[in-house]
Amino acid sequence: MGEFRFMQGNEAMTEGAIAAGARFYAGYPITPSSEVAETSSIRLPQVGGLYVQMEDEIGSMAALIGASASGKKAYTATSGPGLSLMAENLGVAVMGEIPCVLIDVQRSGPSTGLATKPAQGDVLQARWGTHGDHSIIVLSPSSVQDCFDLMVTAFNYSEQYRTPVIFLSDEIIGHLREQVILRSPEELEIVERNEPTCDPKEYRPYDHSVGLAPLSHFGSPYVFKVNGSMHDEWGRPCARPDNADRIIRHLSEKIEAHAEEIAITRKYNMDDAEIVLICYGGAARSALSAMKKAREKGIKAGVLQLVTLWPVPEKDLLAAMQTAKAVVVPELNLGQYIGEVAKRNARNIPVRGVNRIDGQPIFPAQILEAIEEEAAK
Amino acid sequence: MKQIEINYKWCKKCGICAAFCPKNVFDRDEDGKPSAARPEDCIGCRLCEMRCPDFAVSVQEG
Amino acid sequence: MIQDYLLEEKLPLFWCAGCGNGIVLQAILRNIDRRGWTRENTVITTGIGCWGKADDYVTTNSFHGTHGRALPFSTGIKLANPDLNVFTLMGDGDGITIGGNHLIHAARRNVDLVAIMVNNLNYGMTGGQYSGTTPKHAITKTSPYGHVENGFDVCRVVQAAGAPFVARGTVYDVVQLDKLISKAIDHKGFSFVEVISPCPTHFGRSNKLGDAPKMMQWIKDNTVSREKAASMSYEELRGKFVTGIFEEREQEDYGTAYQKVIDSLRGGERE
Repeated sequence: MGEFRFMQGNEAMTEGAIAAGARFYAGYPITPSSEVAETSSIRLPQVGGLYVQMEDEIGSMAALIGASASGKKAYTATSGPGLSLMAENLGVAVMGEIPCVLIDVQRSGPSTGLATKPAQGDVLQARWGTHGDHSIIVLSPSSVQDCFDLMVTAFNYSEQYRTPVIFLSDEIIGHLREQVILRSPEELEIVERNEPTCDPKEYRPYDHSVGLAPLSHFGSPYVFKVNGSMHDEWGRPCARPDNADRIIRHLSEKIEAHAEEIAITRKYNMDDAEIVLICYGGAARSALSAMKKAREKGIKAGVLQLVTLWPVPEKDLLAAMQTAKAVVVPELNLGQYIGEVAKRNARNIPVRGVNRIDGQPIFPAQILEAIEEEAAK
Repeated sequence: MKQIEINYKWCKKCGICAAFCPKNVFDRDEDGKPSAARPEDCIGCRLCEMRCPDFAVSVQEG
Repeated sequence: MIQDYLLEEKLPLFWCAGCGNGIVLQAILRNIDRRGWTRENTVITTGIGCWGKADDYVTTNSFHGTHGRALPFSTGIKLANPDLNVFTLMGDGDGITIGGNHLIHAARRNVDLVAIMVNNLNYGMTGGQYSGTTPKHAITKTSPYGHVENGFDVCRVVQAAGAPFVARGTVYDVVQLDKLISKAIDHKGFSFVEVISPCPTHFGRSNKLGDAPKMMQWIKDNTVSREKAASMSYEELRGKFVTGIFEEREQEDYGTAYQKVIDSLRGGERE
């Protein structure tokens, strides 16, 4: 049995990270994520872990990756301006295939924007924020319980797929306080690093010819090189065209080929839904409320909540697009994920965004209005 | 007498070994390639070895 | 044998004829060898630039990250596993220009690292543009009429930022360089060594300093010991390379201090 607590989303992320086995945090405080830093600085040394506050988000991301290369599960937390700075070294984690978890508690942008107000404006930056072709895993929590449970999932995915995972929260969820069960260790499935077992002389950390290569850590009998430059199977620099092609395809395919295993979605009243709300994060809470109100009015509304944003949960998204009469996509941005929905609109049904960018949450009434209009067509 | 070995696969003929040898042990050909022309003068200070930017010079006890 | 630490199949070195990088790399490998460090317990982290290629040639663990960020990568590597011997190699572009903020905070934070900054007074890899250490009036690819800015005195910066060990050497005085690196390794805490090194291809050519031996001579002629510099004026020291140990004092390192926090909370060991 776990422990019932009443806590803030940001605090639950820290608890989730520690439950997942994380023992290293490097970060730079930024609203609305700072409570992750504060609670991590309290909690980590209590469990023998280490908190270090770096000089900026560039250094934070670097320290995080270094710690993971030394074998510690590591995480950081930031918001949009920090994500922009972390984008550089996020690419090192991608290229070096070093597991780590980056929490982005989204706030209104661009630039400093509305520093204390919610937004979901980083959805595409999370996917494409660092330069070059790559894939990445992005998870979006919508409750304080998610902040705990999904954080464990984030670390598991990170180790399993040797990739950075972005935990894409938002100010609504980060500062939300509600009941949460801090699950006990026996209730949790924890994925540990797939360490090599071969003869150390034979260890090739980037030889993915037979599945994803194991990853060692510095200080083990397995000496290895991490390289942000294009590298061969050993991590040694290699600029051969066929090798570059191999690496870049691998960085995408190791995630995209497992999209269905990584996909987490939640379906509410989808069996007979005609108007489907496709949503995520803080906006999903408003969408659920709007759906209930619509049902009370006799409208067959359903919700497909995407917990995994990237890679795109193709199967469930396509299934929803097959049966819906119309789709409504509520987002705290001018329409970012709606592009992915529209790409999969083979039947050419109405796909409509409900967008809010003034630093306020989307109210259920706004979404309900869109549902009613689509239902009346 | 000291044995001064030069690995010509790694040597880039920069000339540092010859220029700063305190006993003028080295000669360079017209192409700049160094050779230990007077190994009998070598005092084994190993400055040529340590100053070689290419790991190309080694001084061994003869 | 330093050959144990040298990835010979990658040689000859990629660096230009007369570039000082190989001299510094050899001095580092000699020191590693002398201590009998294993490849397994050693990590060499590098930034980007000519000197950033140094990890290509070592058989130890290595981490080749991003331009200017070698120190924060090392910070994470060392703090997560204090048993590792971590060397951070940076150029002047890495160390004090794009990565200057990391450098001063690393000096202040005092993680037990050795940082070796090779200063060749310009950006060699990208073709010889000016860096944060390029002296006033110097010609580079982006200061074709003479540089109008002043270059950093990097050791002063690092010393002011609180590093407990700060030293400068040159690739000319290779015996002193060896000793400075040795002392830096043996000093617990953040230890910084700046090494003045020739870039005959770019800085040398742009400023008509001649070939590699002539540039070595130029470094030699302009080197002033810390002791002698003490009695020289600011103007007299313009264009000079002051060498020696500028700071050497005991100071509790980050890892030790943090471990005390952990111990006070749980009376146990780090996991």
